[in-house]
Amino acid sequence: MDKNKYKDLVNRHTPKENIFINALIAFLIGGLMGVLGQFLMQIYAYIFAIPVNEASIFMIITLIFISSLLTSIGFFDKIVNFAKCGLIIPITGFAHAMMSSALEYRKEGLVLGIGTNMLKLAGSVIIFGVVSAYIFGLIRVLIGVI
Amino acid sequence: MTFKYNNVYIHDTSTITGPYESNGPFSKLYDKSYNDLYFGYPTWEQAESRLIEESVDVLLEKINKTKFDIDLFISGDLLNQVVASNYAANKLSIPYLGIYSACATSCEGLIIGANMIESKQINNCICATSSHNAAAEKQFRYPVEYGGPKKKTTTFTSTGGASAYLTYNKKGIRIESATVGTVIDLGIKDVYNMGAVMAPAAAQTIYKHLKDTKREVGYYDLILTGDLGEIGKNILKDYMELEYGISLNNYNDSATMIYDLKKQPVYSGASGPACLPLVTYSSIFNRMKKGDLKRVLIVATGALMNSTMVNQKLTIPSIAHAVSLEVIDDIL
Repeated sequence: MDKNKYKDLVNRHTPKENIFINALIAFLIGGLMGVLGQFLMQIYAYIFAIPVNEASIFMIITLIFISSLLTSIGFFDKIVNFAKCGLIIPITGFAHAMMSSALEYRKEGLVLGIGTNMLKLAGSVIIFGVVSAYIFGLIRVLIGVI
Repeated sequence: MTFKYNNVYIHDTSTITGPYESNGPFSKLYDKSYNDLYFGYPTWEQAESRLIEESVDVLLEKINKTKFDIDLFISGDLLNQVVASNYAANKLSIPYLGIYSACATSCEGLIIGANMIESKQINNCICATSSHNAAAEKQFRYPVEYGGPKKKTTTFTSTGGASAYLTYNKKGIRIESATVGTVIDLGIKDVYNMGAVMAPAAAQTIYKHLKDTKREVGYYDLILTGDLGEIGKNILKDYMELEYGISLNNYNDSATMIYDLKKQPVYSGASGPACLPLVTYSSIFNRMKKGDLKRVLIVATGALMNSTMVNQKLTIPSIAHAVSLEVIDDIL
């Protein structure tokens, strides 16, 4: 059997992922995360009497802490598995990726284990985050010049 | 390449499993099951090595022998450099061959052992295989605690160690013949659809075995493939029809048997080198000893996957080895 014919056979048997349901779940949970973030920002701004945009840093720290803690306790993976991109795209996904890598390699030492592997999954987010920030920064400057 | 054996028998076997397997349908048939994935060891890799070591210990106890009575220890697993087997062999200090055919390792071990016994180079040997869910996830996929969504075609690596004691003394289950497969690659790149990668290898080996031995499919009471999973199983059936004109009726896949697919979150089914021997040495041997099944062809299927090669955009080759098992009349 040639490869294309076999590919068709495989595709026929491969169940389709339900993109609509997955997107809907991600949209709802991602939206809820946004609401939670905004709520935290308002609360922090009120408690510490600081501007709302400065309170965002406290909100981010809180969310990172919660997702790292839940990952360490061992059930955030199940929540993420359900919520899919609703929790992976926000900062919770980044924290989850770093924490799960750190946990995985903790027995292999601080430097060669955790240090080397902690950014295994999340590293590319940082690299391409910086690269795209650079490109968009350049575009902004160019538009400003024009 | 098919070998015939006159005097090779699987005298006894042992199976040690993790928690997911003991929640499956064959829970009562395993020799021992653990409730966690560490078994009292600090890391998963060490735990996997312990699976092999313990399965050999349990087996030696069952056959009432010491390690000094064993001529050869043949073992393989999924970890890099078959390290679980190597460390177990270090503790066992029996002359050792470490082997690798991914999830086809179990049958490769049986074939090597059976050939050596048939040619009277050795009197007996122990063939062992293991896999460990978390250790394999860590090596091949994402961190275990990472919860990214998985495709429906994904399989779940089984945790277990299984050993078989092979000898020329007529007792237990007879190894009647075996077919060594060839590596085949039909262009699948998807590491989350291993069933599709391995199905052609299984089909080819089954076809060659039947052709070499001049048998019909109906000769066997059961043809059991290793770890194709629910989706791979259906692909194999179709592929077998289209490519070789053989319809598999008396067929099952151990990956769809070891877990309760409806209740346990294992997607398309199980995988890992331990999956086939765990099912064969527990449920299948039990049924053979009861007289339910007389002739069984086990076909271990292995995806020869390597993350580096997959990242270099290469497709995944696969292999399958078949071993024909028969009930000997005495025990009926």
